[in-house]
Amino acid sequence: MSERNNALPRTADELMARACALEAEAAARYADLAHLMRAHHNAEVAALFDKLARIEGLHRDQILARMGWTGAPDPDAFRWETPEGPETTDYGDLHYLMTPWHALRLAEHNERRAAEFYEGLALNEALPRDLRAVAAESAGEEREHVRLIQEWLAKFPAPEPGWDEDPDPPNGVD
Amino acid sequence: MSEPTGAVVHVPNDYKSDVKPVWCPGCGDFGVLNAMAKAMARLALRPEEVAVVSGIGCSSRIPAYTSCYGFHGVHGRALPTGTGLKIARPDLTVVVTGGDGDGYSIGGNHFLHACRRNVDLTYIVMDNRVYGMTKGQPSPTTETDWTSKLAPHGTGMNEFHPMAIALAAGANFIARGFTGDPNGLADIIVQAITTPGFSFIEVLSPCVTFRPEQKEWKKTVRAGNLSSTADVALAARQIFADDGMNLGVLYAGDRPPYQPPLGAASRTVADLEAEFTL
Repeated sequence: MSERNNALPRTADELMARACALEAEAAARYADLAHLMRAHHNAEVAALFDKLARIEGLHRDQILARMGWTGAPDPDAFRWETPEGPETTDYGDLHYLMTPWHALRLAEHNERRAAEFYEGLALNEALPRDLRAVAAESAGEEREHVRLIQEWLAKFPAPEPGWDEDPDPPNGVD
Repeated sequence: MSEPTGAVVHVPNDYKSDVKPVWCPGCGDFGVLNAMAKAMARLALRPEEVAVVSGIGCSSRIPAYTSCYGFHGVHGRALPTGTGLKIARPDLTVVVTGGDGDGYSIGGNHFLHACRRNVDLTYIVMDNRVYGMTKGQPSPTTETDWTSKLAPHGTGMNEFHPMAIALAAGANFIARGFTGDPNGLADIIVQAITTPGFSFIEVLSPCVTFRPEQKEWKKTVRAGNLSSTADVALAARQIFADDGMNLGVLYAGDRPPYQPPLGAASRTVADLEAEFTL
């Protein structure tokens, strides 16, 4: 049985492995969400999730290039304090009638959680100084992402109450 | 620089097929698919060593979304199919899946006897307390006072208590998971698969379309609140105090699984076909 890494990162390399896994899982999830939104004919949100998947994929690729690695580690190899990776959207937070405003709120929440993950490491005095410096740098990047998403969010109006009411909800056919 | 730590041979995506789920966005069943894939990767099972069997309902679509062997059977009959498969092919890891309507209503009798028969398989029930595929009728686990357009006065019936029934009927492993915590659920599935005998996992799997109030479950579930015991009486006491929101392993027994000796096939395929000739 494969073992999952439960320990805190001890080196900057170990931290970057987690960072890479975190971005890879977030990218894969956004791509998944885009597909399922398309399946439910919500093209606008699907396109937005596609865009977010590309952005997270770029972040993953930047880490790979910086570290000289050929592939991202499996996110499931690590135990996170959150149910999944800190930047991964919970499937349960979706709705087939959701709007780009909802999708961006989720993205903002994810970036904020990622920033908190790195800030927790940066403030942990039990960890080596160089690792904490890298964590602080990453936290700053994630905070910048939060700010960018907030700017993006300002372009979309908040939906009216009742946006999720549907007199004829979907049903499946086996 | 060396490759990052954490690289593994089996990754969860190896256990997912190219068929993309058509569940509603927000459906809890995505979490179960993820958790199953994670569990199989952690156990380093090859996809062809696993068979996923289901009945009918939204959640029963799951075999098609895995790269394992799969059988999408008839309503309520997933357990007898899985039982037969495991007895004929004990080398396979058999995971039977379905929903609360499929498993506790039309399949309720099979559930009782699968527990007492104790064949070495894992039964995962995605419980959203509603028939989602057919637009929201109450199911056996629907709360007595839940009202909807289809049940304007509630069901007026007592709810079915799957864990209590499973314990009373003799299941060898009983647990409850939540789809909002796929990693925690994967841990439970790993334990269920590696515990010999009939393993039952009740998974709280919200239906955001017909039971949108279940989105609140992520705030009301209590992870790790069940303590695993091999003592039936202690497990029963926990069930009496349980409000349905406690997560974890309730019971892990050591009853030997039922597995009759496999003899040589007594009939050929041609013999069997002849029986179906009209």
